[in-house]
Amino acid sequence: MRHIAFACFLAWATPTLAEDVSIDNFVFKPVEITIKAGSTITWTNRDDIPHTITDAAHPPVFHSPALDTDDHFSATFTTPGTYHYFCSLHPHMQGTVIVR
Amino acid sequence: MADHDKLTRRTALECMIWAGTGVVWTMVGGIPRSQALAASPPGTGFSFVQISDSHLGFSAAPNTNVTETLQAALDQVKAHATPSMMIHTGDVSHLSRAAQFDTAWQMIGATGIETHYVPGEHDVLTDDGAGFFERFTKGGAHGYYSFDQEGVHFVGLNNVQGLQAGGLGNLGVTQLAWLAQDLKDRPASQPIVVFAHIPLWTVNAEWGWGTADAEQALALLRRFGSVTVLNGHIHQIMQKVEGQLSFHTARSTAFPQPAPGTTPSPGPIKDIPAGKLRSMLGITTVRLIQGNSALADTTLEA
Repeated sequence: MRHIAFACFLAWATPTLAEDVSIDNFVFKPVEITIKAGSTITWTNRDDIPHTITDAAHPPVFHSPALDTDDHFSATFTTPGTYHYFCSLHPHMQGTVIVR
Repeated sequence: MADHDKLTRRTALECMIWAGTGVVWTMVGGIPRSQALAASPPGTGFSFVQISDSHLGFSAAPNTNVTETLQAALDQVKAHATPSMMIHTGDVSHLSRAAQFDTAWQMIGATGIETHYVPGEHDVLTDDGAGFFERFTKGGAHGYYSFDQEGVHFVGLNNVQGLQAGGLGNLGVTQLAWLAQDLKDRPASQPIVVFAHIPLWTVNAEWGWGTADAEQALALLRRFGSVTVLNGHIHQIMQKVEGQLSFHTARSTAFPQPAPGTTPSPGPIKDIPAGKLRSMLGITTVRLIQGNSALADTTLEA
């Protein structure tokens, strides 16, 4: 909870234009990312355990295959909004993309 | 209902005695008796072995040769009195690849022991699990099925698909309806063994180590006099007794995971002292005598 609050504060205070998200120790880093519409995010799995990037919406709009160690997955966000996603293998792993 | 509650409290107090690397307990008339390993019942009755989480394809610290440790586990199974059958509680493969399934199929098949499988989340990464189900759960197109052996009713469940953000393992309404149908005409005296990958009790919600709708399945099982629930996924032994329901999780044959709360996240324990890995991997032997179950966990090496 403290991690999430901390990340929110950073994103709110200084909206990042960074477009890379890593997965380390079952955590999306950063757990929340703010990007401009049209930006592409690339996720990279740094764990020895596979993970997915799965839209939490029903039905999911984006859903990566299982990413093995150092595998990448990219998605382009063209429509402003807030997108919640998770790892469909370890659903306690959750992240958010805010598109402005 | 009052009797049921009384039994629950009594069994909860009497059940947990550990003996070195293994605990053995028997259910006699609904009342468990703890025993040291050396005092386990003689080798009569029906026994089977549980193996779990072989993760073929994993190749990183602390185990760069998971094929070798699976073989060591299978050798250990054969070194015991040959069991009537084996169950594998999922994560047969690491990445659901055909070659990983092939290797497991050949290695486990070479033991000559009838083996029943349920999927782990690592086994259903492609085609919604079709590759796994075709090969490993022929009797259940969606990874769940039941069968009877030696008077015991075995139920294999799939709780690794349809997971929701922030949630736990999931059985789903279709599978629960099937389970209700499967159990409804069975006498309460028939011993039941349920096996599924993710624990059917919440070991640790923060790490997703539990099953969101497990309670609906357990509600269907509570009328039976003897229910043994065997799970994997967490790569360590945990157990709990709740009335006539006995829960147990098995070690992995590939790598151990930390105890809940001891590290920020789950995942392989990497910093294992040289030569100690195999003391953290193992198999579970289950012996059923006149409806009572006795479990013994053994590691691949002391």
